[in-house]
Amino acid sequence: MLKPDELQLKLTAPGAATDLTGRSANLGDRIFKSVTLLFAVGVIAIVALMIIEMARNSTPAFHKFGFSFLVSSIWDPVQERFGALPFIYGTMVSSLLALIISLPLSIGTAIYLAEQAPAGLRALVSFLVELLAAIPSVAYGLWGIFVLAPFLRQHVEPALSSTLGFLPLFRGPTHGIDMFAGGLILAIMITPIISAVSRDVLMAVPQSQREAALALGATRWEATRVALSYARSGILGAVILGLGRALGETMAVTMVIGNRPETSLSLFDPSHTMASVIANEFTEATSDLYRSALIEIGLLLFVVTIIVQAIARLLVWRVSRGLKEESA
Amino acid sequence: MRSFVATVIVALLAMSTVSCSGGADAISLQGAGATFPYPLYSKWIAEYQRVKPNVRIDYQSIGSGAGIRQIRERTVDFGASDAPMSDQDLQAAPGKILHIPTVIGAVVVSYNMPGVTGELKLSREAIAGIFLGEIKRWNDAKLTSANQGMQLPDIPIVVVHRTDGSGTTNIFTDYLSKISPAWAERVGKGTSVNWPTGIGGKGNEGVTGQIKQIPGAIGYVELAYAEQNKLPYASIENRAGQFIKPTISSTTAAAAGALSTMPEDLRVSIVDAAGQQAYPIVGLTYLLVYQEQQDQAKGRAMVEFIWWAIHDGQKYAADLFYAPLPPELVSRVEDKIKSITYQGNRLMAKRSTFDVLHSTFLLVT
Repeated sequence: MLKPDELQLKLTAPGAATDLTGRSANLGDRIFKSVTLLFAVGVIAIVALMIIEMARNSTPAFHKFGFSFLVSSIWDPVQERFGALPFIYGTMVSSLLALIISLPLSIGTAIYLAEQAPAGLRALVSFLVELLAAIPSVAYGLWGIFVLAPFLRQHVEPALSSTLGFLPLFRGPTHGIDMFAGGLILAIMITPIISAVSRDVLMAVPQSQREAALALGATRWEATRVALSYARSGILGAVILGLGRALGETMAVTMVIGNRPETSLSLFDPSHTMASVIANEFTEATSDLYRSALIEIGLLLFVVTIIVQAIARLLVWRVSRGLKEESA
Repeated sequence: MRSFVATVIVALLAMSTVSCSGGADAISLQGAGATFPYPLYSKWIAEYQRVKPNVRIDYQSIGSGAGIRQIRERTVDFGASDAPMSDQDLQAAPGKILHIPTVIGAVVVSYNMPGVTGELKLSREAIAGIFLGEIKRWNDAKLTSANQGMQLPDIPIVVVHRTDGSGTTNIFTDYLSKISPAWAERVGKGTSVNWPTGIGGKGNEGVTGQIKQIPGAIGYVELAYAEQNKLPYASIENRAGQFIKPTISSTTAAAAGALSTMPEDLRVSIVDAAGQQAYPIVGLTYLLVYQEQQDQAKGRAMVEFIWWAIHDGQKYAADLFYAPLPPELVSRVEDKIKSITYQGNRLMAKRSTFDVLHSTFLLVT
């Protein structure tokens, strides 16, 4: 006859026995857990290391310029006076412009693909949209210089300039290589990401939601709106993904944006972004202060990206929390 | 028994690697730096492989700034830079670094004037005014006065410059600083400057692309790019008042013209040189080597390579649109090469006894 504790041991699965503290008695399990923990910690450690290295290497510039680095517009490598304002402005404005242009396009595409398209067309168009995301950014840049910029210069920008030229946004000579081209190319690059993720999110909305709306007498569009509001946290996440790409995009932007470190309200003036100034000037940055200023810009880009992502995460959390409260 | 066999195998492997590195002739040299002469250096390395198959040279074109940094930290055997090193950089180096000019490059001013044929002549005043942003249209009086035969259009001038740091920019801004006190004060010279006007293209390719696309554009590129892309380029007024086209001979003439004022360490800018036929926008590109070498075999191999480059190597320059060094400069560079030492002894022996020394060296090691 087995004693009660012996019986206990025999009933549990072999190898899953744990001691009083809950740690697995099996060595293999413990090793597995440690290794995966190592990987997770490793990722965090890499990010932390990047921040530390960048901060360390940007201290000379930080000591010399302090916080005026963030508001100064002078970028003069000869006299070693550096200010990051034009680049921050350029990055922000080009990404914002890209979002404004891309949102209607990508959400519209996602709605069409998720709600309206017949099955065969849906597969084909989805495939093509995802293909756009796979094109390397240098290819976009080349296309931008040789196709987009001349097109803008010859057709789009003169038209905008003659009709809306009184606005400060559309003032000045139109060469095709300007903030407008940069924003447009970014919009084309982030559209596939936003639309692919939004489409997936919309397709994951339970059909019961739409059916309930239709049953209550909603039109097709109103049923879609119901699905949209159900999926809004996911769509917001998709938009954030797109914004993240736009903030960091380097090659395509630098080829069409004109690379002039100036803040100007007009979209037809050339501009510069943080990522492109680093890519362009880092290899020839001979003096330590110059290099340090560029690394500080890199650190700023990192911080800006983190802030944007944090705000986005907060928004997504609030939206999805609202959703949970509604459905509860 | 197993551990004994393992030990024996490891010992054999160790011995074989030691004997491989000590006895064989193969020497490997590492270089890094300027992108401007990279096409020519690649050609030299490939050709030299045939002359001396046991010497393997690797060159990475990572930029002059990085090249200077690497040679300062002794991570490469030789560096390469378009602009000579500054006094500060030289003092910060652990040893004395020699500047060895290898070839001369020309920077041309290229433009896009739709519907206009004929060759543009740019006076000193005109070039400075255009790049300072003071001359804004093509039919400005300062331009038409030198170009009587041409019908210059009434379109705005769009300046295109380099957005990445580059030796080409260095030569061009050096030239502008020399001919225009206003430029020297407002902008200065360097591989990257604060341009008063214009849009930036990345690399010579980017600038070329933008010049070709934008009507009314004007920009500066290396001679090789202008030739290969069939871009029209301007004749520039030199110090003697002549409007000179950038060619191999006018480039070499510029270096010869600057010889009289060349300092001993050969760190010089040769823009706006004297001479009737001198093209004004040219620059030397340098190899950077330590005067006191740390490894005798490598030092000797490097010295021989550089000697070959400034003599036999020069014949490959013209095909790639670089100008060879003028003979007077070659003899000065020879003196520099001869001053490279190992433990105080000259590495470059006289040509006639060179082979004797080389084989003696092989016998001894």
